[in-house]
Amino acid sequence: MKLGKNERKTTFLLITIPILALFICFNTIPLIRGVIYSFTNFKGFGKYDWVGFRNYIDLFSDLRVGKSYWFTFKLAIVTTVVVNVLSLLLALALNSSIKAKSFFRGAYFLPNILGALVVGYIFNYFFTYILPALADMIGIDALRTSILSNPSAAWIGIMVVCAWQAIAMNTIIYISGLQTVPEDVYEAGGLDGATGWKQFKYLTFPLIIPFFSINMVLCVKNFLMVFDQIMALTKGGPAQSTESISYLIYNNGMSGGQFGFQSANAVVFFIVIVAVSVAQMKFSGKKEEQL
Amino acid sequence: MTIKKTNKTAMIVLILGLSTIILPLYLTIVIAFKQPSEMTNSISGILSLPKAWSLNNFREAMEITDFWRSLSNSLLITVATVGLSIAVHSLMGYALGRNKAHSKFYSFVYLFIVSGMFVPFAILMMPLAKQTAELGLANWFGVILLYVVFYMPMNVLLYSGYLVNIPMALEEAAKVDGASTWRTYWKIIFPIMKPMHATVAVLTALAVWNDVMTPLVIMAGSGQNTLPLAQLNFQSQFGTNYNLAFASYLLSLIPILIFYIVCQKQILNGVVNGAVK
Repeated sequence: MKLGKNERKTTFLLITIPILALFICFNTIPLIRGVIYSFTNFKGFGKYDWVGFRNYIDLFSDLRVGKSYWFTFKLAIVTTVVVNVLSLLLALALNSSIKAKSFFRGAYFLPNILGALVVGYIFNYFFTYILPALADMIGIDALRTSILSNPSAAWIGIMVVCAWQAIAMNTIIYISGLQTVPEDVYEAGGLDGATGWKQFKYLTFPLIIPFFSINMVLCVKNFLMVFDQIMALTKGGPAQSTESISYLIYNNGMSGGQFGFQSANAVVFFIVIVAVSVAQMKFSGKKEEQL
Repeated sequence: MTIKKTNKTAMIVLILGLSTIILPLYLTIVIAFKQPSEMTNSISGILSLPKAWSLNNFREAMEITDFWRSLSNSLLITVATVGLSIAVHSLMGYALGRNKAHSKFYSFVYLFIVSGMFVPFAILMMPLAKQTAELGLANWFGVILLYVVFYMPMNVLLYSGYLVNIPMALEEAAKVDGASTWRTYWKIIFPIMKPMHATVAVLTALAVWNDVMTPLVIMAGSGQNTLPLAQLNFQSQFGTNYNLAFASYLLSLIPILIFYIVCQKQILNGVVNGAVK
């Protein structure tokens, strides 16, 4: 029996080609079809015509689309900041000398494994009934009605739910970062008078920057694609104030007769996601180099 | 060595913080057991324990949401996706990881697949809804197939990254013994990648189990539900009966909670490995 280089080459090709074909069939082809639909006035059914760049031109003057981009970016940026600050604090606390360490770590990760839709429904009840009842008792007028029915405050409710789940994930990544910092770094730093905030700023944080980058990339990408939470909490309302880009594409594209127009929206969204991801990776790559 | 003292500030912060996690879960349990007549608008009424711990709400919620069928659909989709992902993605990771350094074709395929990570579902959603309908795949089988494609970029990246640490010498030794590449892979490489299989299994299972969007877009017309999809339909029909709704939510959370309690260590390790690599 002779098993030469050819056998190895053939096996690799026989593995790669069918799997690549599957990937192209359900990822590349729909992507191309999406781009093609974006140049038509397709409603999702029936006949359609080519409209050139018309959808793209309309997109930039469409108030509803503009609003959804503003909402999505506002939500993504604020939530990312809130999540990272809180999870860093939590990670520091969970990594310090405490009792029942593994219990706390397990408990704090719990929100992350629960489905976002059901978590959203539970918080929906909390914002609609419990928070107003609480505000009534303490006497805070502003919170007597549900924040989810207030067009200028509903996004805060969504932010809270997104953060509640994402903090769990980011905390555990920060903890694994903190564990890579050797104990003697702190001891040496302690001799030079680096304690408390100084210790964090000059010793701990620079050493966990790679983990900070991971968390930033994860957060921004996930929050820009937010969907389940919107579905469970507000369905885009009130007054379309909480329509995320994904939700708008789903809602108007799938059932609103805007298949072609929302395809153009999705193409622009795709380009935005790629641009943001590439920018983030370049930026964090530079920061890590400086160290 | 200094003896470490318990950090009291950290303990206080952690215990207070824990209430933000326990409170929503406590409320879910309490409301799920109560009767509509027990629901009041005062804080003490909201927080109070139910008068009787009756399972009637759960029985009714199970009937309305067709719980066992949704559960078995969710289980089938998750288990099949995880199994296929481990088999298909590890093979692909192996083929690409072993060849991308010295072959333009394989390094291109690798980049092509990994860059699929940047494609948001939003752009694939509408064409895929059409395409799966045309191919007769607008059902659970189509959903599994799509998941295998969607999680391929991430998992191939993980597998081929892990392969870098596995020396070629192992394969060469097997080759000398006359084993084919295919056999060598399943006998030697596949078992060695066990830690990565665990990571992939955890990440894929959590993502698939909780996903709403894919089944919503693909299976909506098939009359079949997954657990999250059943909650969505339930909400639009019986959303005002909070006790029934919360019983249904709690039911849908129980399987994943059990999974978490049993495999907590593997889940935490898996999630960290997946994110950091």
